[in-house]
Amino acid sequence: MSVLIDKFDVFAGGFWLTLQICVLAAVGALLLGAVLAVLRISPVPPLRAVGTGYVNVFRNMPLTVVMFFAAFGLPALGSNADFLRVPGLDAVFSRLDTDLPYFRFALIALVLYTAAFVCEALRSGVNAVPAGQAEAARSLGLTFGQNLRYVVLPQSWKASVVPLGSVIIAMIKNSALVGFFGVVGDLSQTADQLTSAEGYAFVPVAIGISIGYLIMTVPLGALLDRIEKRQAVAR
Amino acid sequence: MRITRVATLAAAATLALGMTACGGDDADEGTGAGSKSFAAGSTMERLNKAQAIKIGTKFDQPGFGQKGLSGKPEGFDVEVAKIIVKELGIPEDKIEWVEAPSKVREDVIVNGTVDLVAATYTINDKRKERIAFAGPYYEAGQNIMVKKDEAAITGPDSFKDGAKKVCSVTGSTPAEEIKKYVKDVATQLVLFDTYDKCRDALKGGQVDAVTTDNVILLGYIAKDEASFKLAGENFTKEPYGLGVKKEDTDFRNFVNDTLEKAFADGSWKKAWDDTAGKFGAELGAAPTVNRY
Repeated sequence: MSVLIDKFDVFAGGFWLTLQICVLAAVGALLLGAVLAVLRISPVPPLRAVGTGYVNVFRNMPLTVVMFFAAFGLPALGSNADFLRVPGLDAVFSRLDTDLPYFRFALIALVLYTAAFVCEALRSGVNAVPAGQAEAARSLGLTFGQNLRYVVLPQSWKASVVPLGSVIIAMIKNSALVGFFGVVGDLSQTADQLTSAEGYAFVPVAIGISIGYLIMTVPLGALLDRIEKRQAVAR
Repeated sequence: MRITRVATLAAAATLALGMTACGGDDADEGTGAGSKSFAAGSTMERLNKAQAIKIGTKFDQPGFGQKGLSGKPEGFDVEVAKIIVKELGIPEDKIEWVEAPSKVREDVIVNGTVDLVAATYTINDKRKERIAFAGPYYEAGQNIMVKKDEAAITGPDSFKDGAKKVCSVTGSTPAEEIKKYVKDVATQLVLFDTYDKCRDALKGGQVDAVTTDNVILLGYIAKDEASFKLAGENFTKEPYGLGVKKEDTDFRNFVNDTLEKAFADGSWKKAWDDTAGKFGAELGAAPTVNRY
């Protein structure tokens, strides 16, 4: 197990990069997922169709394929994902600015894929709000937007905390794939590096990597439990 | 389990009888139990008695160990392993090929999952701490592959100015080696899990070069001469060895003896010509076996 101490900086570096990807991807996926959820429940049929189509495509495609497309398809189409170089943000997340675009490609793939699940988690929350509530609000003369803002979303949020948490935890675990699509030095790639180039035994390295992921996921799960308890609505 | 073992023994016995019946030239080919004798208690005796051997190799390394549509791995590593197996008096079809990608090669030897590893396995001191190497049986060298029209990259020193990007495979020896030459690892080095992805990235213009052992690159160039070329000479020496258990000195000596015999009688050169030699890679003189 000495590898965990000897190579602590390598594990820490991998952890840090994975955390950066996860934070950025989670923010992106929550934003895009929320937009999609609104599309899917909107009263305008073409918008609904766009939302449904998106969810059906990305939810049913393996993440590896999405990653493949982001890492090799986008460059083939001539994009280096430069639009993700947000001024200011790339000072904090320096990898956004490096000229090897695989960090940005990986981010795009994770966001696109996870957003479909975020959308469905939010929609399940909306569905959990009794239909009578929305009908009552409508009959009071509230518009679609007001209805969402004041009646439906505040209640649906409580119902979606748990599924949303599962989606984000799944996303953190899915991020283990990015190392194989050109993002140098994330946590999962650290394992490969240590076992295959430096010849460390696999088991302790794998344990170290697992701890790295657990540090990200377990507290998140505990936090969600707390939120759920505090916000719980008696039904 | 028991039934399979009995069946295996029965099959082996039938085969041995069959071989004896053939007679003639086959008699001294060394197939079948009992036609060879080894020191009691040695690994060689155990394998010969069992008439079975498990060998770890790569399934995705063109020219060395690649599992194609035939379902059997083919390549130089595979042929070298077959020479050893033949010397053990075990027929070729009794070899069980086990995939041994880079990251598990030490583990499968230590755990006894395989008896021998032949998998473009560079001999180095770090690995020697856990396993032992027989050989080398080939000396590869790291090189750089670029696009045909690339003129700015002439060798590893071309990466020192921090502009050109290079691709290799996670955890491989070449990836570690090229780090000495690049100015900034984070922006200049791309790592994938297979060299195929590196080749695609090079073709797509995402990176300027791919680096690994010359033989692997020559495999790609042989398939697509219009797109790629080597940039400069080999800049490292990568002696490929056969991995065995660390404490099993008898077996290691036996493998070393067999390799020396194969260097002398031409079977080593034939193995090369039939496999990686087809890519146009140089074989060079037989390496000197290192009995450390």
